This record gives sequence, C-alpha cells and structure tokens, in this order.
Amino acid sequence: MDTKRTVFPSQGLPYLLVAPQLIITLIFFIWPAGQAIKSSFEREDPFGLSTSFVGLQHYARLFQEPAYLASIGRTALFALAVTLISMGLALVLAVAVNRLIRGGTAYSTMLLWPYAVSPVVAGILWWFIFNSSTGILPYMLEFVGVDWNHQLNGAQAMILIIIAASWKQISYNFLFFLAGLQSVPQSLNEAAAIDGAGPFKRFWTIVFPLLSPTTFFLMIVNLNYTMFDTFGVVDATTAGGPNQATNILVYKVYSDGYIGLNLGSSSAQSVILMLFVIVLTVIQFRYVERRVQY
Amino acid sequence: MASIDLKSVRKVYPGNVTAIHALDLSIADGELVVLVGPSGCGKSTLLRMIAGLETITDGTISIGDDVVNKKEPAERDIAMVFQNYALYPHMSVRQNLEYGLKNRGTPRDEIDRRVTEAARILEIEQFLERKPRQLSGGQRQRVAMGRAIVRQPKAFLFDEPLSNLDAKLRGQMRIEIRRLQRSLKTTSVYVTHDQLEAMTLADRLVVMNGGRIEQVGKPIELYDRPASLFVAGFIGSPPMNLIPVEALVAVAGGTMPDFPAGTDIVGIRPDQVLLGSRDGITLSGTVELIEPVGGESHLYVRVEGIAQALILVQQGRASVGEAERVDFILPLAALHGFNRESGRRVE
Repeated sequence: MDTKRTVFPSQGLPYLLVAPQLIITLIFFIWPAGQAIKSSFEREDPFGLSTSFVGLQHYARLFQEPAYLASIGRTALFALAVTLISMGLALVLAVAVNRLIRGGTAYSTMLLWPYAVSPVVAGILWWFIFNSSTGILPYMLEFVGVDWNHQLNGAQAMILIIIAASWKQISYNFLFFLAGLQSVPQSLNEAAAIDGAGPFKRFWTIVFPLLSPTTFFLMIVNLNYTMFDTFGVVDATTAGGPNQATNILVYKVYSDGYIGLNLGSSSAQSVILMLFVIVLTVIQFRYVERRVQY
Repeated sequence: MASIDLKSVRKVYPGNVTAIHALDLSIADGELVVLVGPSGCGKSTLLRMIAGLETITDGTISIGDDVVNKKEPAERDIAMVFQNYALYPHMSVRQNLEYGLKNRGTPRDEIDRRVTEAARILEIEQFLERKPRQLSGGQRQRVAMGRAIVRQPKAFLFDEPLSNLDAKLRGQMRIEIRRLQRSLKTTSVYVTHDQLEAMTLADRLVVMNGGRIEQVGKPIELYDRPASLFVAGFIGSPPMNLIPVEALVAVAGGTMPDFPAGTDIVGIRPDQVLLGSRDGITLSGTVELIEPVGGESHLYVRVEGIAQALILVQQGRASVGEAERVDFILPLAALHGFNRESGRRVE
C-alpha cells in the first residue's frame, strides 16, 4: 500500500500528538489488563490484606468447574444466535432499502437509531416489554398459550437477551450491508437478469458472493460484540439469572469478581476472554484487512 | 435470429421527463444497426427498453413475431454487452460463459461444446480458468462478447462496448465485432457516441437527438445527404462547415447560385473545399491554425464576416503557413442547403 510520509518540523511533535491516545490506552487498557493477568495468578484473602502466588491454579479449576463449562456453552449459543439473527435481519433490511428508489435515506436513518441507544437502556426497554406482570408481550403471548416468565424460565430469559442484544446490533450490520450492496454494480444484476437468473438466484449467485468481504468482517465484529459488549444488556434484563441461565462469560467475570468477590478466578476468566479477542483480531487482520479475495 | 420492430415507442420518466418521443424503427433479421447520438439523446434508454431493463411507456417492441413489452429480459432471448463488461468478478471466465446456459438448463455436454466453440472463436481458450480481474481490458471485452455468443440469442445488444478501451484496441475490436457479426449473422443493435465507430460498423445508421430519430440510412448516405443540420454536424470528422447564407452572400465573390427557397444555411464538407480560385463561390481568409494529421492537414480559416472559422482539409502537407492569406472556392455541387427554422435539408 502507498502511504504518504509526513515530515514534522520537530522530532518531538509527532510523539506529543499521539500522546493523549497512548496515555488513555495505557491507563485504561494496558494497565488494567496487566493487573488482570497478574491477579489471575494470585489468591487474595477475604480482607485484601495479603496475596499469595498460586500459579495456574485458577485456570486449572475453571476448566473443571461445571458452572464455567456451562457458561461457555451458553455463550457460544448466545453469540451464534445474536450474530445470525442480527446479520440475517440486517441483510434483509439492507436489501429492502437498497431496492428503494426514493426514501432510502429516511429508512436508513430510522434503522440506525437503535445503535445510538446505550446497551443498558436497550436492556431496560426490552425488560419492560417482556416484563411478566406489566409487559405488553407476555400479555399478548398468553392468547397463543405461551406463559412468558423469564424470571423463572431460563430458556425464555436466554431468548430475551438474544432479542435485546440482536436488536441493538442490527443497525450496525445494516449500515455495512447497505454500503456493500451499493458497491455491487447495477449492471451485474442486469447482466444476470438477461442471463436468465430470477431475483433469488441473482441474489444468491451474484450479490451475496460479492458481499462476502462485508459478511466476514461483520461476523468477526458481531462475535466480538456478543462476547464483550453485551454486559449492559444482560445486567439490565436478567442479571445472569434465573439459575445461571443467562450467565454468559462476560457477565460471569463481573458476577464472580464483584458479587462473588473471587478476584483471582474472575481475573483468570477475563484473561481467557482477552485471549479470545486477540485471536479474533488476528483473524480480522489476516483476512479482512487483506480483503477476502474473490 | 429475428427482426426487431419498434412501433411508436415512447419512454416517459416519472416527473414527466420524456426520454423517447414516439419512435418507429424496423431492424431486419441479421442486420447490424448502430444508434448514434450525443449523450442524453436516448440511445441507451432505447437499447435498454429493447433488452427489457427499462419499461415501455407506450407503443410496442417486437422481437421476431412476439410483442415483448411485458416480457422479462430473460424471456426475450437477447444478449447484451455492457460498457463496463459486467463480468461476474467472483467467477472464472468459464463460469461467466456458462452462467446463462446453466440458468436455462442446457445439458452439460452442450454447455461444454458451446463454451469451447466461443472460446476458440474469440481466442480466449487460455484464459478460461482465470478470474476477470486477471485479464486486460481487451481480454475482458472478449469474454463479455463470449458470454453473449454462447447463448446463441435472437439478437445482440451492445451498449458502448468499446468506450473503456484505448484508441488502438478500440480500432481492433471494432473490426472483430464486425467480422463476428457478419459470420454469425445475428441481428444486432449497437449503441455508441463515437461517429467513426458508427460509420464503420453499421449496416444502417440511426442518428438520434433529443429522444427522436434524426435520420436512418446507410452510413454513406447519411454522410452524402444529411437530412438535417444536426446530422450534418454530427456525422463526419472534421465536421461539415455550416455557413449562414446572408453572411456568405455578403462576403463571397464569383458566381452565387440561386439557392432553393427556404435555404438559409449552406453546408460543405471540409474535404470538398478547394484551394485556389476557379469556378464556384470564391472566398478568402486568414489561416488561423493548421493541424497536421499526417496524411492530410486541417486548416482553420477565419473569413471576415463569417462568425465561425471554416475548416479546410488539404491532402498531404499544408501549402500555406499560419497567419497567411488563402483563397478558396466552394464548388456548387458540394453544397448542402438547410433551413434554420426547421433544421431540415432543403432540396
């Protein structure tokens, strides 16, 4: 790639210019991450007066603990469901908006609003809608014979956080899919139409393959999102319950550390999550930055 | 193979913008018709209407014996070559060629036979497994043509297929398209804004302007007898000199003929203006600029009393220099008369 070199008048200036970013990264990311790694190897007494080095004990225990293994399974289910639902719906919406000749911008703007809502507020919103005693949806679901109570029913609680987390992410995916669709030349669609392919066939054999770089990028971003950015949604709706049913990894880091006060184990869990994000980032850099070749 | 018939075809876009005004055109079986005109004249719209990519507001389009107004592009059995080629970038050349045949459920051995045949004709056999991005512009152009011919459609539609190529390649491909169309004898409609391409390719030329047909005919007929001022100015390079009669009468010497009633602009091709002073309308002016093109030279001559510089073509090198005075004549037989008001030719 061709990058333009900038020459600064003094040697110190470039360092000064990147300093704010560096300082923020160091204080809020690198230092806490270092602390997490350090305390994942340590055990602290209940009063915080002494710590002792315990090596990999926290990690070893985690992978023998049924609650943690169950949480991994739940997280995988949650991550896959949110990624599939939010990307699937976003693609449908993007295709629909892309077909519009007029009014596309208005729809796009409205479809972007959920992204501006903070995760906690989004969570509370869905909590209200699904509230078993006052919510509108449980009331309507009763007519079709569904007894909705996510405070008691683990599966329903999982459905609730999947819906809440997907809803927020649709906007982001929509925007990228729309941009991707708009960069597919119209003449390809026309050529395929003349070549005898119907609308569905055109989409699946021409448009969708050409969207693959976007799809791959979004898949990585969405997995990242479900793993790390969904704390607020979970905390505001189910708080990991009932009976651990929605205690996904990122929430478990919090509940074990701050509620259970097991800082060592909590740190070990956050380090494992950190490793996961590093792997995802490496994949993204290897394949997405180089663009998926077709 | 089939003829194409357009009967009072109109295209009105939303907002009451008329792109095509009630237009009639018949294209015979096996004929190559070129639609030419400036950008925005409606030539591409008309082609896309034949292809089924634009709806028809009024009138009928038939391909063969079928009225195709309501038919999908796929049902019209036509093939189109796009300006940007529109090759499917994620498919190999072979897959690009096969796509249309597969969609129509052609048997495997028939697909293979046709693809091999098309690749042989277009000399793209060695590129069959490559992706379009690994090909040069000229090779992509061939693949686009290949995708059209494997289908063996009733008609080929070309939408400015050569405008993305450099001048040399454009000349080559033009000849190849002509040769291919002659040997396949497939009815073809070819859209271009390049009048040289139009002249050399067309069996019949359709000059369009502002959504209307200005003139239809053999290229040489249009060159020899342009039916309107627009055609006179559009066909031929350098363009025909168009001189207002009153200005000419005021400044010219020699024998001034009696122009037919209604003639107020006369035109003359630059290569028919003769240097020197003999019989005819004599003029003299100052050479402003000389463009040596190689085999001939283009002289831009400013004549006092005529607003636009006149263009003269002299074979070989120019015999006069810039800023020199030059005498020349307009032979009477070479003059075309036009009416300014109607823009039409006056006989």
